[in-house]
Amino acid sequence: MTFITNLINGVSLGSIYAVIALGYTMVYGIAKMLNFAHGDVIMVGAYIVFALTSYAGVNPYLALVISMAACTLLGMAIERFAYKPLRGASPLAVLITAIGVSYFLQNMALLIFGSQAKSFTSIVNLPALTLAGGKITISAETIVTIIVSLIIMVSLTLFVNKTKPGRAMLAVSEDKGAAQLMGVNVNATISLTFAIGSGLAAVAGVLLCSAYPTLSSQTGAMPGIKAFVAAVLGGIGSIPGAVIGGVLIGVIEILSRSYISSQMADAIVFAVLIIVLLVKPTGILGKKYIEKV
Amino acid sequence: MASTKSKLIKKSTRSDLITYAMVLVAFAVVEILKSTGNITSLLRGLLVPLCMYSILAVSLNLVVGYLGELSLGHAGFMCVGAYASSIFSVVTQNTLTSAWIRFPLAILVGGLCAAIFGVLIGIPVLRLKGDYLAIVTLAFGEIIKNILGTIYVGYDSHGIHASFTSQSSLNLEADGTVLINGPLGITGTPNDSTFVIGIVLLLITLFVILNFIHSRAGRAVMSLRDNRIAAESVGISVTKYKLIAFSLSAFFAGIAGVLYSHNLNVLAATSKNFGYNMSIMILVFVVLGGIGNIRGSIIAACVLTALPEVLRGLRDYRMLIYAIVLIVMMIMTSSPKAIAFWETHSIKKLFKKKNGKTEKEAQ
Repeated sequence: MTFITNLINGVSLGSIYAVIALGYTMVYGIAKMLNFAHGDVIMVGAYIVFALTSYAGVNPYLALVISMAACTLLGMAIERFAYKPLRGASPLAVLITAIGVSYFLQNMALLIFGSQAKSFTSIVNLPALTLAGGKITISAETIVTIIVSLIIMVSLTLFVNKTKPGRAMLAVSEDKGAAQLMGVNVNATISLTFAIGSGLAAVAGVLLCSAYPTLSSQTGAMPGIKAFVAAVLGGIGSIPGAVIGGVLIGVIEILSRSYISSQMADAIVFAVLIIVLLVKPTGILGKKYIEKV
Repeated sequence: MASTKSKLIKKSTRSDLITYAMVLVAFAVVEILKSTGNITSLLRGLLVPLCMYSILAVSLNLVVGYLGELSLGHAGFMCVGAYASSIFSVVTQNTLTSAWIRFPLAILVGGLCAAIFGVLIGIPVLRLKGDYLAIVTLAFGEIIKNILGTIYVGYDSHGIHASFTSQSSLNLEADGTVLINGPLGITGTPNDSTFVIGIVLLLITLFVILNFIHSRAGRAVMSLRDNRIAAESVGISVTKYKLIAFSLSAFFAGIAGVLYSHNLNVLAATSKNFGYNMSIMILVFVVLGGIGNIRGSIIAACVLTALPEVLRGLRDYRMLIYAIVLIVMMIMTSSPKAIAFWETHSIKKLFKKKNGKTEKEAQ
């Protein structure tokens, strides 16, 4: 029975990773860059909700909406001021800038909110669900996380495949130059991608902090990297891939935490990344690129 | 006169000599300040770390600047060097009482262990490139730190015992000794690191890396950076040269780790000293000093380490400044607009134009 509880917790953590991984995978697909700062947008989103609810007494759901709007703007600002000037520069320069942005957000949060971790009040006020005659207890956060993540994934898939801006995103990720010739506004599409990814990051931040209620400037760093591992595992650039990868990474992490060693859980997740990249670098659902001379 | 003299020495050799001279002058100035007593104890404590950060920055610059790949696992190699040399020193402390024999051996052990890890990690990792390579080196660095930060190792008459759970589960005999005490790390490493040794190691690092860059192998590495396909088509082995540069860089990161561990009483792997934040800090030194500029790495490492310590007010903002350095430096040097700007507005070109004009006018 504990195994089933662990499995459900793993799926729940995995759905959070999946929501974060969606942001990574969309940005990677379109801007061909690893947005290192994505994990830290999660932290910013959670801090905004924390500040609004505990200092200003705002309704948590309203705070979530404000936080999403703020993170959307933040994502667009990051793209505009840090990444856009570097479009066409060497990948190394873009990666270093992304690391710089990640560091910048972390240390701004550290300066504003101090180094002491805050305890985050869960925004879910529902009783836990008890199944199988009290043998399995599932917290309300777990259920809400899974449901919210599912809604996000389905609506994002519909958005990308059925709407005009969504198809523009697909076109830009396929071939930037050709998309531009077909009348797609590439800059606006890239901006939109960052906006959606960062808005989702705010949701992921609140879900993450509702389930694991400590909030510090480092909160986003590790989940961010693990979500990137999930995106790679599922095949970078693929939305269903990010979901599959996220859930797998979450389950692997929770199971190794409870059955192997809690300190080694991170190392095991990273070992998964290394094995995937060495055995199948395109991930589960990724496309293979052929290098042309 | 001046032009004939400069032709006698190759341009690259002259640049290297300036780098060595800079280190030696800095050493002399510090020694003079020390003997006249004009140095604060705060700065005195910084001398060995300054050498260590310089070695780290120079060795990372070999990978970032000359191999053209971003390694975020440099702290992991440093961690391997620190642990291997500390274990060596603790074990041989009673047999090799003279630090003059023990410490050079410890440095070799630390460097070689890190280089072996460099080869082992490099073989799979160097097949990747760009973002993937960066994230996998980060993963390896974190794995090394996590393992060394949790493992318990001890030895007794039956051999070596290791465990991941607790010290008591090692089942040591009464005569056993605990080498690595899990998260508490290694205690009792002799404090052999001195400023003189640090400077000597920095000079050796510079000598090896600068000569490597100017060697046939170094040129092969640079050709892989500039155009891998073209380099491959003229018969340069990608794996071989990438691996040489990567493991050489790991070797010197290990040596920096030796300096680090022999400067402290207790060595423990935490995310503060061997985590990826450390790797990023070294990257900041490389970026500020100029990617591919060895001399710049040393200057940047010294300035960015010493400045926040000397100017206390800056201390809280240190990390924020690092972040801004990364972003601003990259946009200033690498964005296509900035490159075009520097091409038309460079000081060198201004002077060249003037010279050209005067020559024409003279005709």
